[in-house]
Amino acid sequence: MKRKTRRLWLVIACVAGLGAAAGLTLSAFSSNIVFFMTPSQVAAKVPPADRTIRLGGMVVAGSVHRERHGETPVNSFEVTDGQAAVTVQFEGILPDLFREGQSVVAVGSMTPSGGFAASEVLAKHDETYMPKEVAEELQKSGKWDPKFGPPPNAASWNAMTAKDAKTSSRGS
Amino acid sequence: MSPELGHFALALACAFAFAQTILPLIGAQRRDRRLMTMAPGLALGQVIALGASFLCLIDAAISDDFSVANILENSAVTKPLLYKITGVWGNHEGSILLWALILGLCGAAVAAFGRNLPAALRARVLAVLGGVAAGFELFCLTTSDPFDRVWPAPLDGQGMNPLLQDPGLAFHPPILYTGYVGFAVPFAFAIAALIEGRVDAAWGRWVRPWAVAAWAFLTCGIALGSWWSYYVLGWGGYWFWDPVENASLIPWLSGTALMHSAIVVEKREALKIWTVLLAIATFSFSLSGTFLVRSGILNSVHAFANDPARGIFILGLLGLVIGGSLALFAWRAPSLTAGGLFSPVSREGLLVLNNILLCSICAVVLTGTMYPPFMSLLFGKTISVGKPFFDAATIPLAIPLFAFMGFGPMLPWKRAQMWPVLRRLWIAALATLLAFAVATWSLSGVLPILCATGAVWVIATSATDIANRVALFRIPLGQSFNRARFLPRAAFGAALAHAGVGVSALGLAAMSQAQHKIVEVPVGQTESLAGYDWTLAGVKTEPGPNYTALVGTIEVRRNGHLVTVMHPSKRSFNAQNQTTTEVSIHTNGFSDLYGVIGDKHGDDAHPTYVLRLHYNPLAPWMWLGALIMAFGGALSLSDRRMRVGAPRRAPAPNAVAAE
Repeated sequence: MKRKTRRLWLVIACVAGLGAAAGLTLSAFSSNIVFFMTPSQVAAKVPPADRTIRLGGMVVAGSVHRERHGETPVNSFEVTDGQAAVTVQFEGILPDLFREGQSVVAVGSMTPSGGFAASEVLAKHDETYMPKEVAEELQKSGKWDPKFGPPPNAASWNAMTAKDAKTSSRGS
Repeated sequence: MSPELGHFALALACAFAFAQTILPLIGAQRRDRRLMTMAPGLALGQVIALGASFLCLIDAAISDDFSVANILENSAVTKPLLYKITGVWGNHEGSILLWALILGLCGAAVAAFGRNLPAALRARVLAVLGGVAAGFELFCLTTSDPFDRVWPAPLDGQGMNPLLQDPGLAFHPPILYTGYVGFAVPFAFAIAALIEGRVDAAWGRWVRPWAVAAWAFLTCGIALGSWWSYYVLGWGGYWFWDPVENASLIPWLSGTALMHSAIVVEKREALKIWTVLLAIATFSFSLSGTFLVRSGILNSVHAFANDPARGIFILGLLGLVIGGSLALFAWRAPSLTAGGLFSPVSREGLLVLNNILLCSICAVVLTGTMYPPFMSLLFGKTISVGKPFFDAATIPLAIPLFAFMGFGPMLPWKRAQMWPVLRRLWIAALATLLAFAVATWSLSGVLPILCATGAVWVIATSATDIANRVALFRIPLGQSFNRARFLPRAAFGAALAHAGVGVSALGLAAMSQAQHKIVEVPVGQTESLAGYDWTLAGVKTEPGPNYTALVGTIEVRRNGHLVTVMHPSKRSFNAQNQTTTEVSIHTNGFSDLYGVIGDKHGDDAHPTYVLRLHYNPLAPWMWLGALIMAFGGALSLSDRRMRVGAPRRAPAPNAVAAE
């Protein structure tokens, strides 16, 4: 086999391999990208029910309720970004680090009734950790800026319910 | 006192590393034997200094020296001794010191085992290793000093996250880092070859053992991390396609490609430029993986903003190492001569296919990992891609890889005929057809079925390969046994490693059919899942050393016979106001029964408990396969041909011209 033919084969194989990879990536991207949204973004524009999103914010103090549907435990709690709140329903065990007043990310989709059905609730290993999306949104909404020191501690988040946050954001 | 000694030793190591970079390079360029022979001594000096520095940090941790900021933040008096020691590398500063120490050990190993290397090549390899080490030791000294003191020293430290106090996680970083850092040696060989302008079969022979060793460690490290998340996090999941996990998978994929293409360089002197590029890419991925992702710079813009010095230093260093080596590659690679010819149907041809597919998978994982942070940096959009994306994009590429893996090792070099090879594989093909039938019947979903079928094909062909080589059943068994004894261990190693991939893939395919159930039940109630009856027999509260545990007793029965009694628990650590979940796993080698107990609810007279029950078919096989792969690598390494008798390099005809 000549060097040229061999090179041709190599080029064909490389193009086929990388082409397949690119095609698979694009098709997988188009159907599997998950957008992050805050409760106020959800309130402004409700995403379609078939779209998976990541909803992030603080768990409103005193909003965590549990029910049993048959034998299935159902947790419901409100998530706020200080401007709007969304009620999240979650079947299953909440993570060990789930706390009222601390940040969470819920993965799931909106229900027709305006609630949010979560298939997964994430709270991170570290108590001081805040999901970066939540931190960025807090920064955008003016609740906290990393320039002015560490994030407010859990106790003050605890006191910040959706209602308080609304009034305070109106006040400022 | 000892922290200052440690700090001084680290500075000394840094000085040694700089000397190790500069002097041998000059020596190799001027052909000055005295300067070149300094390299091994300097490498040894560097590793001794680093070892001393590391011991000082361990000493400070054991003796609870809370005047050291690093110990204060990550340790406490009550922490068990094992975790005091392993906690040393459980944080940013300590882990960088460990990283540097392992790099130093690699340098010392090259110095010790590389006696048969040409003097100039050895000097240049050690110089490159020294240069990388110098950069990271400088980083450690200037921006993340593990020996920083605090005044006044508090009485007790802040403690360590209880979740991280686990033997699996304690030994995960050293193994994983050995894998990452091990790829520095092929990288150093690649850079040295580019400087010399020469890659030949001998070069391939020298590089391959290092690539295999690093790959085996990386395989173990990844498996250990995955196993940890399986039994500690309590979600029944084993791989989350998290950036941190992907950061270890990407170099693993390109490292696997490197390990294979180095064979072609060694046997056929082809694919030289490509192999050099792979060596550079693999180490670059290892570096970016450890430092960009682990330090959280890429994950969160804040980590960067909070400590700009660290971020800029790391980015600068990565830019220097990666950019510099790629620039050198662009400049020198054209001077490397092309190697032997081969037809597309040949062992080389199949190894090229292997490389293309592995690199395509690598590119897909890289894109999926990098796309979200880039979108967030450039367009301010926060998105994420998860398991569905990676499954849909990588498995279709892995299946042809499995298919070619089967007969690749059986093809002869240079040019081959497909038919004679395929004819020898009829038993394997039959087994695969059978597996396909069983998979179609028992699994749901196209990709798991194909994955399981491919896995059986890989295992069956690996077995056939060895059976063929020892002419099993064609000659008397005794003679076959004799042949097996004289078969090179590398052949067994390769077949084992391939079979290991099959075992893991079978586990992954079966795990796609895992079943789970989340229920809230009172004591005494029975649930059925996957043909088992799970009864919550009792719950009690037990005090632990620094926690209280809620311990459940779950009796699992099958057709009325008791299979196992599980004791999952939930620990509440009062000091940290934190709870951890202790999963109870019962395995019979073919499936795991996995039980988790959650919160207690209801009033005290009628309490109910949340249970999470999983049935995980073939779950242990995923990690078993990884162990088999690593063992195959180790077996190859023990092959005499890998260690001694490296071909003497023919006198270079163009060595002067390349200078």
